[in-house]
Amino acid sequence: MSEVLVLIDAPEGKVAKPSLELLTIARRIGEPSAVVFGSADNGVLAEYGAEKIYTLDDAAYDEFLVVPKADALTQLAKDTSPAAILVTSSTEGKEIAARVALRTESGLIIDAVDVSVDGGQVTTTQAAFAGNFTVAAQVTKGVPVIAVKPNSTAPEQASGAGTVEAVAVEIAESSKTAKITSSKPKESTGRPELTEAAIVVSGGRGTGGDFSQVEALADALGAAVGASRAAVDSGWYPHSFQVGQTGKTVSPQLYVANGISGAIQHRAGMQTSKTIVAVNKDDEAPIFELVDFGVVGDLKEVLPQATEEITKRKG
Amino acid sequence: MTKIVVAVKYVPDATADRTFDEADNTVDRENVDGLLSELDEYAVEQALQIVEAGDGEVTVLTVGPADASDAVRKALQMGADAGVHVEDDAIAGSDAFATSLVLAKAIEKLEYDMVFFGMASTDGGLGVVPTLVAERLGLPAVTYASEVTVDGDTVTIRRDGDAATQEIQASGKLVVSVTDQTGEARYPSFKGIMAAKKKPVEEWTLADIGVDAGEVGLDNAWTKVESFTPRPPRTAGEIVTDEGDGGTKLVEFLASKKFV
Ligand SMILES: Cc1cc2nc3c(=O)[nH]c(=O)nc-3n(C[C@H](O)[C@H](O)[C@H](O)COP(=O)(O)OP(=O)(O)OC[C@H]3O[C@@H](n4cnc5c(N)ncnc54)[C@H](O)[C@@H]3O)c2cc1C
Ligand SMILES: Nc1ncnc2c1ncn2[C@@H]1O[C@H](COP(=O)(O)O)[C@@H](O)[C@H]1O
Repeated sequence: MSEVLVLIDAPEGKVAKPSLELLTIARRIGEPSAVVFGSADNGVLAEYGAEKIYTLDDAAYDEFLVVPKADALTQLAKDTSPAAILVTSSTEGKEIAARVALRTESGLIIDAVDVSVDGGQVTTTQAAFAGNFTVAAQVTKGVPVIAVKPNSTAPEQASGAGTVEAVAVEIAESSKTAKITSSKPKESTGRPELTEAAIVVSGGRGTGGDFSQVEALADALGAAVGASRAAVDSGWYPHSFQVGQTGKTVSPQLYVANGISGAIQHRAGMQTSKTIVAVNKDDEAPIFELVDFGVVGDLKEVLPQATEEITKRKG
Repeated sequence: MTKIVVAVKYVPDATADRTFDEADNTVDRENVDGLLSELDEYAVEQALQIVEAGDGEVTVLTVGPADASDAVRKALQMGADAGVHVEDDAIAGSDAFATSLVLAKAIEKLEYDMVFFGMASTDGGLGVVPTLVAERLGLPAVTYASEVTVDGDTVTIRRDGDAATQEIQASGKLVVSVTDQTGEARYPSFKGIMAAKKKPVEEWTLADIGVDAGEVGLDNAWTKVESFTPRPPRTAGEIVTDEGDGGTKLVEFLASKKFV
């Protein structure tokens, strides 16, 4: 069986959940080989099916933007002739994927939400036009290079050999051009990661700037907090929590939109959520076209009552 | 003198009913009105601000059908100095790789210090064309910039990433894609609209930039769309009006779905 190269994201060594999803997807295509820049918890990688673990160490990977990493992954792709290359569809993942695909003359799929294999043929599924369509696509040239969205599958354990192989790649000086001069990690909110969360509770302009009730409901549900662009532009919530076309795309089990009208650009980021609930005081708000359950009312009344009721039920 | 090329795309209006062409599974560009991609306006705006702060020139570049000249015109009305429109029947149905090839070859014919892009096009929305163009030109790319400052030869970029906020520095030729966090794009003024009429727009074909028709177009794409399916319409949900019990009813619904 051929190898499938899986680019692992492991901030501070802890393997990110989307990377475990990639290992799970990789097994549908071939034998997963984890590609790790720096170090990751190799035990976890093996537990999720990594047969091989390629580790790459070079200061250039952290000091410069993606080109050194693309150099290394291209080299690995040439050396291993994989059946596919999988990365997480993040800013960095997409950039690495694009450069590697072009260099290896391979077709590129971005934002896949599913990957299936039939008789060796890989087919991917993506959302198009603000989630109004589902598209099935195939790569017709080279090795499929696929950037997969977080939350596309549930990570499944499978024991892999996890054989570690250190790989050294010569990084050309010409690849060391865009220098990262500072990097300030986002402070953890203690809540689940927005794109990985099973439940997202969002607030919009209707919060009037006070997100405390949205946050309280989110915490009662164990959810991540999201925001509309109107809320972000008003400075009420950081941009990294924006849901929509120019923010994050989320596809949780449950999305609760509070004081959000449901503009097409917001829908683009949430309308593939499994269950959608909205609270809005305008019964004609377009968000109600999407909902499984809606409350026409003032979020300042409805949310605290809901939070209290949940707390009561939890005992 | 800073010379900036801004790549802008002509896209179907996002607020219209966008769909696919049944015949070849490509984006339907016939039946939906088009316009300059809203997200590319931010790139034009950033380029204009940089040039206005010093001395320089902004050239907008688009690859697309005849109507795409509307996108160029809008950017000229905003204040760009010149336009280039690459149009060729062979380009129809091109994927991101082919589009990036056409853009890169056209950019090579222009004089430039930096090339600006929108973060993603509002129709395809992959956000990979900037990186692919950079790769072809042998340049670094800083994508998803939320702030761009130019000081002499050094460009400093702030990027609000998923895990961290980064500051990136580069000098020399550079590709940058900007987000809508860079600041509102201006509307064309009456003066701008009048002035745009006299600005030069070059029309190029593939032959003008030395690209072979066999390298672009639908038949030469490296990926293909097998099928497209409209999202099943959501079955009408239950909507209640809050009469002092809205929160409780909401939780009853959540409990019925096992979320509580
Ligand atoms: C290029 C581009 C990209 C964009 N990208 C995004 C994006 O990524 N994400 C995004 O969200 N938007 C995006 N937008 C903006 C989008 O078009 C909308 O402007 C935005 O989503 C509106 O946010 P909102 O729903 O919070 O505000 P509004 O549209 O103002 O809606 C507020 C809602 O709150 C309700 N409300 C008010 N008070 C209360 C109350 N007390 N209780 C209950 N309900 C109340 C109102 O009835 C109203 O429906 C983008 C726009 C453009 C042009
Ligand atoms: N046909 C095109 N003509 C000019 N610029 C384009 C074209 N396609 C994409 N771009 C540029 O590349 C950016 C990202 O596009 P995409 O990768 O398609 O999301 C856009 O915001 C534009 O700046």
